Order: sequence, then C-alpha cells, then structure tokens
Amino acid sequence: MSDNKHNSDFHKLHHTELLTLNMGPSHPATHGTVKFLITLDGETIEHLDVEVGYLHRGFEKECENQNWNGVFPYTDRLDYTASALNNVGYALAVEKLIGIETPDRCAYIRTIVSELGRMSGHYTNLAAGALELGALTAFIYFVEARELLWDVIESVCGARLTHNYVKIGGVFSDLPPTFEGDIKRVFARNRELWDEFAKLLLRNRIFVDRMRDIAPISPEDAKAWGFTGPCLRAAGVPYDVRRAQPYLKYDKLDFEIPIGETGDNYDRFMMRMEELNQSMRIVEQCIEQMEPGPVNVNDPQWRQPAKDNIYTDMESMIFHFKNAINGVQVPKGEVYFPIEGANGELGFYLVSNGGGKPVKCRVRPPCFQLTSAVSFLVEGAMLADLIPTFDMINLIGGECDR
Amino acid sequence: MNSMTGDLLETVVKIAFVIGLNLGFFAPMLGWVERKQSAVMQDRIGANRAGVFGFTFIGLLHSAADAIKLIFKEDFIPRGADRMMHTLAPVIAVVPALAAFAVIPFGGKFELAGHNVNLVIADLDVGLLFVFAIASIATYGAVIAGWASNNNWSMLGGLRSAAQMFSYEVTMGLTIIGLVMYYQSLSLVVIAEKQVDFWHWGIIYQWPAFILFLTCAIAENKRIPFDVPEAESELVAGYFTEYSGMKFIMFWTAEFIEVVTISALCVTMFFGAYHLPFISPDMLVSIFGGGDFGAIVAMLIGIGVFVAKICALIFLQMAIRWTLPRFRYDQVMALGWKIILPASLIWIFLTGLAILLGLMPTV
Repeated sequence: MSDNKHNSDFHKLHHTELLTLNMGPSHPATHGTVKFLITLDGETIEHLDVEVGYLHRGFEKECENQNWNGVFPYTDRLDYTASALNNVGYALAVEKLIGIETPDRCAYIRTIVSELGRMSGHYTNLAAGALELGALTAFIYFVEARELLWDVIESVCGARLTHNYVKIGGVFSDLPPTFEGDIKRVFARNRELWDEFAKLLLRNRIFVDRMRDIAPISPEDAKAWGFTGPCLRAAGVPYDVRRAQPYLKYDKLDFEIPIGETGDNYDRFMMRMEELNQSMRIVEQCIEQMEPGPVNVNDPQWRQPAKDNIYTDMESMIFHFKNAINGVQVPKGEVYFPIEGANGELGFYLVSNGGGKPVKCRVRPPCFQLTSAVSFLVEGAMLADLIPTFDMINLIGGECDR
Repeated sequence: MNSMTGDLLETVVKIAFVIGLNLGFFAPMLGWVERKQSAVMQDRIGANRAGVFGFTFIGLLHSAADAIKLIFKEDFIPRGADRMMHTLAPVIAVVPALAAFAVIPFGGKFELAGHNVNLVIADLDVGLLFVFAIASIATYGAVIAGWASNNNWSMLGGLRSAAQMFSYEVTMGLTIIGLVMYYQSLSLVVIAEKQVDFWHWGIIYQWPAFILFLTCAIAENKRIPFDVPEAESELVAGYFTEYSGMKFIMFWTAEFIEVVTISALCVTMFFGAYHLPFISPDMLVSIFGGGDFGAIVAMLIGIGVFVAKICALIFLQMAIRWTLPRFRYDQVMALGWKIILPASLIWIFLTGLAILLGLMPTV
C-alpha cells in the first residue's frame, strides 16, 4: 500500500520521498530497548515495524538450570516495575503443579504484595506517560508515590526493585509489625499525589488532545490481537483474570474492574489511574480481613522448614539438605497458571519430569501481544502519536524479551 | 568631536551593560532558576552539588560548572554534515536574541552633567518592527542547524521549527497591533514613556493582547508546551541533536536570552517598562535631591525596577514550562492559525472600535 502511495501522482509531481527512520534501540522513547523501523510520509507514519529482542537474556533457558526455588530471582527481572506479581505468578503455578494450598495469611500477604506490585507498575507507566508528553512535574509526583510504596516494600522484604519475596509454599517472612501503619500513611499521601497528578493532566486540554482518540482499538480487534489487562479493558472488554478465574483471595474482596469505551490512549491511561484506586482498596480490605497465623505450608518437603524444626525434627532436617542440594522435587506433569499482571494476563507454563529443576518454564508476557499491535495502532497516525501510544502499551523489555 | 566621543563612549557602555546583563547575569541565572524553580515545583531539592571548598551557594555554581564542562568537551561535527553551516547555526541563533535588546529601553531619559542620557542602545522610531525583523533571523539558526547536521532527527526538528516559527511570527506581529493603536507608536521608547501614568500601563486595556503575545512569544522560543522542534521524547533533541560542547551551550544561551527578551518586551509594552506605579522618574529625581545625584539614583532605581519586572515574568514563563505537557506538531499549527490569528484579528477590530467610540482613549 505504501508503494502505491509513493508512486502516486502527488509524490511524483512534488518530488517527495518517503523517509525511513530507525527509532531506537537507543532512543529516549524506546525505554526497555526496542527498535522501530518507521517509514514516514512527512510526519505521518506510513509503515512501522517493531523489532523486539534487544533485552533477551535467556530467561527460559536459564530457568532450566535452576532448581524450582532458584527461579524466583529471575522472575523478579521480568516485569521489573512490578516484580512481586511475577513472584506470585510463578509460585502459584508451581504450587498448582505440586497440589498444595498455602495458609490463609500467606494468600492474603500474596494478594497484598501483588497489588503493591501492580500499583508500582502503574505508577511507573503513568509517570513515564506524562514525562514523554513533556509534563515532567507530573512525572515526579508519581515517582514520589512509587518511592513511598517502595519504602513499604523494602520494610517487607528488604529490597525495593527486585523483591524475591514469595517462595514455593509460602513467603520469605511475615509482614513487619509496622506494615499496617506504614500502609495507612503512604496511602493517604499517595491519594493526595493521585489528586495532584489528576489535576495536572486530566483536565488539561493539551494532554487530553494528545491522548483522546489517538490509536483507538475496537473490542474485536483487541481480542484478535491477544490484548489483555488494562489495554483490553480500555477497549470495553471486561476481562480480568482476578474476576474470570479468581486466585488467592480475590473472590473474597470487593473491588471494581474499570471498563473503557473507545480503547484509545486516554482510556488506557484512565484504566490505570482507576486501577490504582482499586488496588489501594484491595490492600486495605486484605489488611482488615487478615488474621494472624502461619505464612508457610507446614510441610518441610515443599517449604524450607523453620530453624528450630531443623534441629529437632528428623523430616525437617532431611528436607533442609535435600531441598538445598537437589531442589524441591516437583511431581511430574505440566501446568499453566495465569494471573493478572500489571500489563495483563501473566501466565507461567511449567513442565516437570519429577526432578528438582523445571524442564520447561515458559512465560506468557502480556506486553508481547500488546507490542505486536503497535504498528496496527499507529499506522496513519503522526510520529508524535507513537510516543504516548507506545507508552500506554507499556512494553517492559525484561518481560517481552525475557 | 568631544561630544561624538562622548556619545560613542556612552553607547559602548550601554552595549556592554546589556550584553553583560544578558550573558553574565541572566543566562547563567536562568540555568539556576530553571533547576531550582522546577525543584520547588516538584518537591525536590534541586542542583546543590557543585561548589568551591564545600561552599555550594545554593547551587548557583552549577551554571559555572556547566560552562566549564561544556567548553572542554569535544566539538563534534558528524560525518557528512556541512561543516560551515553546522558551525554557523548556533551563532545565528544566539546573536539575534541579543540584538533584539538594542531597542528596548531599560531605564528612561536623564540629564547627567548637562548631557542627555537615554538608557536605550538605539532609539528607533520602528523599534517593534526591528524586534520582529531580528526575531525572524533567529529562525534560521534552528533551520540551518537541522539541515546541516545530516541527521534525520535534526532534519525533522528543523522542518518543524521552520513551520512553527514562521507561522507564529505572522501571528505575533498581529497580536500587538492593538497595543500599537493604543499607544499610537511603534517606538518602544515612546511606548515606555507613555506608561509613566499607572493607568496607561498596557496590561490595563490591552490584557488580551498580552495573553496572545506571550503565547506566541513562547512558541517562537520553542519551549514547552511548544517545544515540538526539539521534543526530546520524539526527536531525541530535534535540531540540535548533533551539537555538543560550546555550540550546544550556545543554543541554550539563545533560548535563555530569548526568555529574557520576551520578558523585557512584555514589561516594556504591558507592565510599565522601568516605571514604578504612581511614581514618575522626575519625582524620583526630585525626591533624591535633584541634580546629578538624584538623576543617578533615579536611573539605578529605573534599571532595578526593569530587571525586577523581567524576573517576575521569567518566573511566570518557567512556571508555564514546568506545568504543561507538549503539543503535537499539527496542534501547534492549528492553535496558531485557527485560534490565535483570528483572536488577534478580532482584538484589533475591537480595539479600533473602542478607540473610535472613545471607550479606550489613546495615549
């Protein structure tokens, strides 16, 4: 099609040519390292090819050389803006394969860290979206919100970015006693920051003009491209893994799934804004419903036993060594378990032959499918529209390229 | 002969003062203001590391550190670039920005030792036309930089700046026609003198012109929200992507000086120039005992007032720059041609009507 247009009378008459432009892999807008091969007609995008894979680190192959618990630090580096979600997704998949259920308190804690992870992912995405439209002040507001959130996460697991908090059959440790107070304080401040961010952007004519009706997608197209998560819901499809196939404690919690209308960038932006509020609600409900109790499966075969037990209990002593040397012996079989990641459906497909290491650990990264639709979304739009569109698609290099 | 030497000396002193004020005070200070004001707006501390023997002077030394760093950087000219044009472009950008100051009065007229001192470098009858003429030349800096760099991003930036700046030039000229009709003069010196009465300040009757003019002027200066020619998230750095070292800092200096020029023009046309409200320079001279001493004090107060007003408008421009997101290229053009141009034409019509009906007495 572009050839036809190029050879049209207009272009011949005016001696114009199409401009081929390499955008990335080191371009300010291609965070996460991706390359666009763009054919431009003036400022209009005639054709766009997305080239992914610059951040490929062999995650899936690496997992085959780790024991089942050793995979967790690698999952942290998938969607590094929301690493708790990856931990949770992988742990749930392995537990489904084994066939164990974690204690109530553990499920609540995992729900909480999932939502904190989702919030940090959304904060990063929305802040970057504002930044790329030139609104640096709004960016800093949400970076502050994310930093406050990370302070809490740090008090939980000792790390800010790559948490490595969830383990097979439990979590690394119980929540600290200060957690409830910290959450209350941080959420109060984050709600203020949310308001300020919204005031700076949502009724700003420049921002609305840049986002509204840019790169819309119909529900049918969105489903056909394999969209999930906020981008799918922005198109009006009420699909959320947390509702469709509830896991953890999501069936006991009261939260709403925001739905968009047009599937444009503004809707994608608003989905994430609203999900921030819903995530805060979920965390607060979890804290309310949570009761004291064990946070780990009481079975040394799956979960590292407590230090006391190692010295007093034979079984614990044995598995303490066995699991450290050979890894958890996950029964033979295969499993696919999806959770709602920050970007959409994050699925882990695991195959075990009964040994201490996964034979296959395949990830369904939500943003790979989203990224594949970028050219569909922006062809015919202007070069400047690519930037907010690509940001709202939210490619995370670590997750997409693995 | 003597008087000619005196005139020459006077002009040289005034030129030195204006260039010193711009390059020595405003340009480095704006680097600091930009950092610190954005920091205040964003709940940050801002630049506070560069210092001498541990004294950081609230980050003031960062501009000096920047300058030293950039002077010693490699001056890189990409392969295939037009070497001469590539070098010339930043000069073309920075010189007109300074030259526009020649017609802006910065302190009024005084009699000093029997010699008439007019605090303006060139008292032109068509000062405003001169400003616009000079401002058009600055456009070439960006366009040539974009073309000479042999880089697609630069070229896109250059094209955008060409389209944007040419469009807004047309509009900018029209936005202040109403003001010219009100003051019945194109000379900035005359306009400044006529604002000695507070009720004749341009902002009072001509505030729509101020809003339109400031919008156009920021667009001319290519700062957020109109920074599509450099748009760092789209075009890397637009027309100055391939610039480094001193040439890079020259583009920044040009931008900062233009911020000052815009403020100075706004002050001169809308905010009473170098006048204090309700106190004329003559009153100041007599308050301070008349004679040469009174004249010198009044002169210094005038310059101080002028600089203070410029600073206030710089703060306004910085606040705009750090609040708003960026337009899209076609939206900038639509705003210029479809909104500001008709609005300024309507304002010219309304001003004319008001003057005709006696609602807006000309001064």
